[in-house]
Amino acid sequence: MIKAIKGFFKPSNRSLIRELVATDFKLRYQGSVLGYMWSLLRPLLLFGVLYVVFTHVIRVGDKVPHYPAYLLLGLVLWTFFVEATNSGMNAITGRGDLVRKVSIPKYTLVVSSTMSAFVNLCFNLVVVVIFMIIGHVPFRINILIAPIYFAELVVFCMGLGFLLSTLYVKFKDISHIWDVILQAMFYIVPLIYSLAIVPKRFIKWDSLNPLTQIFQDIRSVIITPQALTTKQVFHSQWGRILPMLFVLIVVVFGIWLFRRNSKTFAEEL
Amino acid sequence: MSEDVALTVKHLNKDFIVPHERKNTLKEWALHFHKPSYKKFHALHDIDFEVSRGEFFGIVGRNGSGKSTLLKIIGGIYQPTDGSVKVNGTLTPFIELGIGFNPELTGRENIFLNGAILGLTRKEVQQKYDEVVEFAELKEFMDQKLKNYSSGMQVRLAFSIAIQAHNDILLIDEVLAVGDANFQRKCFKVFREIKNSDKTVVFVTHDMGMIQEFCDRALMIQDSKIVAIGAPREIAQRYDLANATTVSKSTEGKLHRPTDPVIRITELRFMSNDKGSSRFSLEDEIRAELKINVKRATKIQVNLFFIGSNGEYLAGINSLNASRNYEPPTGVHTLTCTIQPGQLTKGEYSVGIAIYTMDDVPEIIDIIDQAYDTIVPQITITESSRYQDGKFYIKGQWSGIESP
Repeated sequence: MIKAIKGFFKPSNRSLIRELVATDFKLRYQGSVLGYMWSLLRPLLLFGVLYVVFTHVIRVGDKVPHYPAYLLLGLVLWTFFVEATNSGMNAITGRGDLVRKVSIPKYTLVVSSTMSAFVNLCFNLVVVVIFMIIGHVPFRINILIAPIYFAELVVFCMGLGFLLSTLYVKFKDISHIWDVILQAMFYIVPLIYSLAIVPKRFIKWDSLNPLTQIFQDIRSVIITPQALTTKQVFHSQWGRILPMLFVLIVVVFGIWLFRRNSKTFAEEL
Repeated sequence: MSEDVALTVKHLNKDFIVPHERKNTLKEWALHFHKPSYKKFHALHDIDFEVSRGEFFGIVGRNGSGKSTLLKIIGGIYQPTDGSVKVNGTLTPFIELGIGFNPELTGRENIFLNGAILGLTRKEVQQKYDEVVEFAELKEFMDQKLKNYSSGMQVRLAFSIAIQAHNDILLIDEVLAVGDANFQRKCFKVFREIKNSDKTVVFVTHDMGMIQEFCDRALMIQDSKIVAIGAPREIAQRYDLANATTVSKSTEGKLHRPTDPVIRITELRFMSNDKGSSRFSLEDEIRAELKINVKRATKIQVNLFFIGSNGEYLAGINSLNASRNYEPPTGVHTLTCTIQPGQLTKGEYSVGIAIYTMDDVPEIIDIIDQAYDTIVPQITITESSRYQDGKFYIKGQWSGIESP
């Protein structure tokens, strides 16, 4: 374990992660002036459709203050989650060329895939800020707490990346299963609707979900204090601690599984 | 492990488990998990050798012999099933050149990416950047995308980065396949520099010329086992012979016969009872007549050898038997080698001939062999009345068997 931690701080490994992220970034944005716009298009389009549906057809957004910014922030975070876990799952299998031919620390591939998604998240957040300014969302000092939750989200995605990439090397249908899980999560997690409208019977279960906790906490510090947080659902810090514990378990288990199997990745690809 | 040893491979075994039906999905795994159906494939069997510090060590072997697996285990990419690999010092972890090269990135960007993959920090790459570009002779192409490079240019760039990796032990697998003659010369120069430095090199190649030129020692691996380990010339010769078995009759993939040797074999023919023939009975004496054209007097040894129909090197007879000081003067000479009857059993044989220098490490001057792009004469031993079979004739006598 100590060796692993030392490895993490080795300058050459840091350089490697940086180069891998930079490569992803360049490949994504070069070649077209609209490169950055293209990557924004998906969440924005989804946002446009959902916004029209949920403010004019099914009016779930009416009671939420600053609903456009609230919705967009949720979608941007969701997009990050989908992108980070999908690319994390693919990090080993998709880089068979590296894994089979050179002995690099394999974790760098997973970490760099999460980091690449995080870079995109940062870009997308710029658009959220623009929407916030347009929507006259008041700036509050609480926003300074937000990085903690962003960090939790990134760590969660990385843990899932370790877990999924290991499984994906062995079982190719994990990608389908994960697709289905993501679809379900999109509706289970209060992304488009407010957590407040979830029936009492389910609300605590829904709040145990780390994504619900993270999204609601981020929304409550950035957009509006009226965003119901999981802490408020539980009326205690447990509403926060339990999901965070879940994240911790996923991360520890993911890293354990990854380390146990990473030595034979080259042979199994 | 002593300080002088850079690499120790001990009783290394590697098995690959090859499932009959690969379970690649959870579904298959769930449906069939109780039926373990796989077979083991022994990729490496009891590999055991040491490489000394500063040694230029060659590994040769045909495709599928296990040499790439061996290199990957040494490089830490594969894990040994059994046995151990000990590396004394740092090791360049790459097997191929230009790993991770991305055609959509510029040459400059690829240098940084590939450098990072080889374990260099960004700072180190920055320091070595100019040197890399200069060595690759690609200064004006650095801002172009790699996809616009010719394959030769890509290899030049890759090689230039690779030699900057600052490790004690280099693993190199078939690197100089591409590149123009000029650049190859440059690479050879670097190889010579590496050879003279205290770096250890483990070098895998099919090029016996390079094995003989650069390696201090070499090992040959065949069917997952080490079949020979020793002086490069010896290994190269063995490799050529073994290779003759599988290299088909086409000239593709064959070695080139020396183009302008000081002594040229101009003719090799066979005589039976003073007339040319390629068919002999078991009772015939086989006489091989060899014409050589000597341009410059040189001390030589000549080896005549028989190759079975499956390509196996059966036996050779060397002129050292007759003389250790044979130095034919300039001109055309005829040499004769007489093979006594009754030694080869029924079948077809190819006959090769090779002329070597008398150096401590003999060099091939000219050769006719299956491994080379030459026409190899064949002889046929026809049916005989003697009751013998197998690969050679055993001289012997039964006793205690009397007719009633």
